[in-house]
Amino acid sequence: MQSVKTGTGSMSTKMVTLWGGLLLSVAIRFLLSAMGSASLLGRRLEVVSPVTSLTRLAEGQWLKQLGLSPYAGSVYHGSPLLLSLLGPFIGNRRDMLLIIESERSDLCSFWVFVAADLIGALLLRSMGESLESAHIHHLSLLGLISEQIPTSDSKAKSQGSGRWGTGNTAALFYLLNPFTIAVCIGGSTSPIENMLTILALYGAIAGIVPLAGFGWAMATHVGMYPAILFIPIACLLANGPDGPPSKLYKSPELVQAVHDRDGKCSSESGNFHQQPAMHVIKSSNTNVTLSLGAKCLVVLKLIMWSAISWLCILGLCKFSLHEHASLHDMWSETYRFILTVEDLSPNLGVFWYFFTEVFDFFRPFFIMVFHSNIVFMVMPLTIRLHHRPVFLAFTLTAISSMLKSYPSVGDAALYLGLMCLCIHQLSGLQYFYLLLNGYFFTAIIGPVMYNLWIWRGTGNANFYFAMNLVYATLQTVLIVESSSTIIRYDRNLKKQSVKRSRTST
Amino acid sequence: MRKLVSLFLALALVFHVIRVQSQRLTEEEEFSEDLLLRPLPDGKVLAHFLFTNLLPPVKSHGHHHHRLFPKAIYQLVQKYHIQQMELSFTQGRWDYQRWGALDPITSANAKPIGVELWAVFDVPKDKVDATWRNLTHALSGLFCASINFLESPAIVATPGLQRGVSGYLRYGALPREAVCTENLTPWLKLLPCRDKAGLTTLLERPRIYNGHYHSLRIHLKSGEFNKNGPEGGTSLRQSLTLVLKPSKSAVVPERLKSLHSNWSLYLLFKKSLVGKCPLASSSQVHLELEGSLVKGLQNHATTEFLFISLWFDVADESQIVDKLNVVDNPGYLLMNALPNRILKEIPKSEWEEEQSVHVPCLLLDFEVQDYSKAYPLNVGLSWRAPIAWVPRQGPFRVTRFLTGSGNERGSIAIVLKANSESYLRSCSKFTPENKDAQVCALDEGASGIDVTIFEMVPWYVRLYFHTLKVVLDGQQVALRDVAKWMRVSPSEDRKSPAVLEMQLQVPYNTSVISLTVEFDKGYLRIDEHPPDANRGFDLPSALFTFPQLQTARSYGFVNTTANAVFDQPFFQTLLEEQLVQIYSENLLVHLATPDFSMPYNVITFTMTVLALYFGSLLNVLRRRLGEEERLQAKTTGSQHAGKLMTLISKYFGKRSDSKHNVQTRTPLLKLVLIISVAAGIAIYYILGL
Repeated sequence: MQSVKTGTGSMSTKMVTLWGGLLLSVAIRFLLSAMGSASLLGRRLEVVSPVTSLTRLAEGQWLKQLGLSPYAGSVYHGSPLLLSLLGPFIGNRRDMLLIIESERSDLCSFWVFVAADLIGALLLRSMGESLESAHIHHLSLLGLISEQIPTSDSKAKSQGSGRWGTGNTAALFYLLNPFTIAVCIGGSTSPIENMLTILALYGAIAGIVPLAGFGWAMATHVGMYPAILFIPIACLLANGPDGPPSKLYKSPELVQAVHDRDGKCSSESGNFHQQPAMHVIKSSNTNVTLSLGAKCLVVLKLIMWSAISWLCILGLCKFSLHEHASLHDMWSETYRFILTVEDLSPNLGVFWYFFTEVFDFFRPFFIMVFHSNIVFMVMPLTIRLHHRPVFLAFTLTAISSMLKSYPSVGDAALYLGLMCLCIHQLSGLQYFYLLLNGYFFTAIIGPVMYNLWIWRGTGNANFYFAMNLVYATLQTVLIVESSSTIIRYDRNLKKQSVKRSRTST
Repeated sequence: MRKLVSLFLALALVFHVIRVQSQRLTEEEEFSEDLLLRPLPDGKVLAHFLFTNLLPPVKSHGHHHHRLFPKAIYQLVQKYHIQQMELSFTQGRWDYQRWGALDPITSANAKPIGVELWAVFDVPKDKVDATWRNLTHALSGLFCASINFLESPAIVATPGLQRGVSGYLRYGALPREAVCTENLTPWLKLLPCRDKAGLTTLLERPRIYNGHYHSLRIHLKSGEFNKNGPEGGTSLRQSLTLVLKPSKSAVVPERLKSLHSNWSLYLLFKKSLVGKCPLASSSQVHLELEGSLVKGLQNHATTEFLFISLWFDVADESQIVDKLNVVDNPGYLLMNALPNRILKEIPKSEWEEEQSVHVPCLLLDFEVQDYSKAYPLNVGLSWRAPIAWVPRQGPFRVTRFLTGSGNERGSIAIVLKANSESYLRSCSKFTPENKDAQVCALDEGASGIDVTIFEMVPWYVRLYFHTLKVVLDGQQVALRDVAKWMRVSPSEDRKSPAVLEMQLQVPYNTSVISLTVEFDKGYLRIDEHPPDANRGFDLPSALFTFPQLQTARSYGFVNTTANAVFDQPFFQTLLEEQLVQIYSENLLVHLATPDFSMPYNVITFTMTVLALYFGSLLNVLRRRLGEEERLQAKTTGSQHAGKLMTLISKYFGKRSDSKHNVQTRTPLLKLVLIISVAAGIAIYYILGL
């Protein structure tokens, strides 16, 4: 009775904190936007990339209004759907054909992005909640936290738990992350792209196959790189949310230990410890893991829904482009533009300077090498981390954000948000302090170097590129360290569960 | 046998020559040379050489022998089916304020700095680009210039303004091309007399390249093509427009300081004109006095100078224009030569004639054939009184400039300021209550002044057309309200330039029109930068035309209103209806440059980071549980590996006796190494390079 009371009490404070955080984040955005930081951030290369820039979107809209293809000229490289969605606000904001300097459309576009951020955060929250319940579930199955939560009602308990959950942390971290804020008010379409990616993952966690398929198709359509997230999404749908490797449940040591324990327990005190052990055995076969056929079915369903979504998207694109442009134009101005790195303006990645400097005849080769660096890693990561699809999604997002043709801090905002979902597993992350300071360092020194090069002319391109290298190294360290932490965590889990099984015997 | 064959061949050759001869007799090629001199208000002198070469239509197919028409040009026309082509090499900028903008000579010959080429082809649409490419290469060889750079479609525009032609138009400009005597020599080679006789003997290289403006131009015109070639024949106009400053004599009396310096042909060119080119059908020197100058002279004329009759023989006794003696008047003295005839500009419309402000221009013609080595033509002016006059100007004067600092972005601003003495302006002044507006406006029903803007911007200046703002007299107006039509073709990276063509219609009383458009600066690859990349990139001039104004100018005999028809090509050129064109300045855009010295460093550094990522991640993923444990066991087992750690921990004042410490510190050491390498890279970059 008492526990319920405290539960509701902490729950209300939790809700207050959460909603307070949400309000605070909106207020920050509104304040910054009202102070006119959009014009300050609107052309910052850290915030907007050629693909996500709203200035370019406005140009595309202008061309469209003039009856030309929005892809005429190499200015707009985004999706035609985004153009249809945002064009009316953004275009009107700077329409010189009619001069509508309306505050209203300005606000509209602001609220679209804030809404995208909020939706993303709320989806992250519910993702975090289901991840956490799965986490607790697994731990209790392994008998590591059985004393805290009785196994009989673990699910109900964890859902309505009084603890400050991962979901809330992730949501608030995502919303209050300076990167997210900068991208949201700075005139970039990344908030929508990130929201779609999170939507796809959420659909997969919640087991809503059509939503997952749609989210994946939309995210891929808008940003191309989320294409590789198909694997984590499929894993999520097939294997359920993150948990210890299924091998763990079948590992002979653990099974033996459990058997031993069960044997002893049953012989000594009858039924008392019977249930969890049985649960472990059972869950390893039925509860968590679907049968192979069911897995295939789910993946097939996912493929089908993505295909349907893709067809719808293409149809809508065709419709929104009218006769101005063909779908071929769209492909060549979006995906081909991303793949061939045509725009060499500086950004956070390492591609731009590399392809500025590299000799012309090596270009195709190095483009291939750079892109394959993303693709090559998908397989080993999947093999090693398939039981942790959300973490896999984080790693893949981080890798693609590091090796993207036109990265911006919006990509970092996304993977940091996803990283927050695995906060329990990553609690053993080493060099967190170093990484944090590294991010601060690059966030401050990067713009300074850029200023020295572009505005003051006292520095040169190498100044800025050095910061890009540092940023890439930081991301590398983050990816590598978090992967090794997760692997270590799984190993510890195994060790501990075996140890616990042994001690409990 | 061989002899027989050679005899036969010789006979065939003779017959062929006879046949060609007989053909030539039926069709006349014509060549004429003209030199127009015009004193400019700031004391300089405009010298405009015009050489016209006319080729009648060719009746038969095959090879032709041309007597006068340059073969190289004829082959170009034949091969590339050129309907019209204009190529100009220009040095110096035409000063529209001082030198005028509204007469046919100016409008056609004031060209942007560097090379400008436009051509109209009569070929199928898909072959236009290939033809253009071939043409640029051919011209490049012909004129010893880097016109071949224009083959790149990234700097060639396809204007919608078709200039009244039916074929396909291509336009390209090289604002950076230096113009030199090596371009003049091939140009002279196209003339039948080269620079051996006639007007071209005046072209003393140091003199003409010392001038304030120098524009070498070729204009080629032919009609529709049939299988034999151009149907309407071909005309080739070669012109050289110079603005020279006559050198002031060393000692000038104080009272003459305010006078313009005197000049004569010899003083200008340091050469004397001794005769015409024997192949030319006509060879004339024209001295043009602008209407406003004539008016100034009239005002200056005092009564005692009235009507000093001329002693030379003229066609008409009314050679004296109004109250002005053209040879000797209080304003100036015509030196060394007397005109063979004096012509007066025929007003274009009745309204123009009524306007007392509009004084017709005078043209004094000199026949070069009348002069010889013993008595060279050395026409010149000796000023007697300081006379100020203003040339005829277009409705607006134009400036274009860049705003913004830094290498990230900026904007291009175009400012058109109204000229107070403008033709259209005066017309609007005289019709305040819109009663006579019909007479005034050249274009019936026009409610304002039309201005056409043509601007071509290379792709690395990425224009955002949605930021295009039009401000009339400080008041921003919607583009839809002022633009009559607009044609925008945005730039494709490395493929095509951005082209903006629009026609604005602004009210007559507009005094300032300004247009701004923002741009982002692009970033070029290391090999796309020119050798002196830090100098910046030139943007070609924008072209402004005023569709309501035509520059045609016709001359007739004095005191006759009838339009006397002079069929000399020079007068035909003046008669041609042309739009008033004004070019803006070139712009110099500075782009951010990469470091040119270190492609290898960039490649190695980038690849190091990639290798770090790939290797370490793969290493983490690859390591298996058993392996890890074995490794740990090994580490704890061996004392050697621990030694370093013990040393380090001793240094830090800690003991590393426990196994646990060693385990956690080994990866730490690795990471510290990684970070220090990365920091080293950064510091090396920042400080060292």
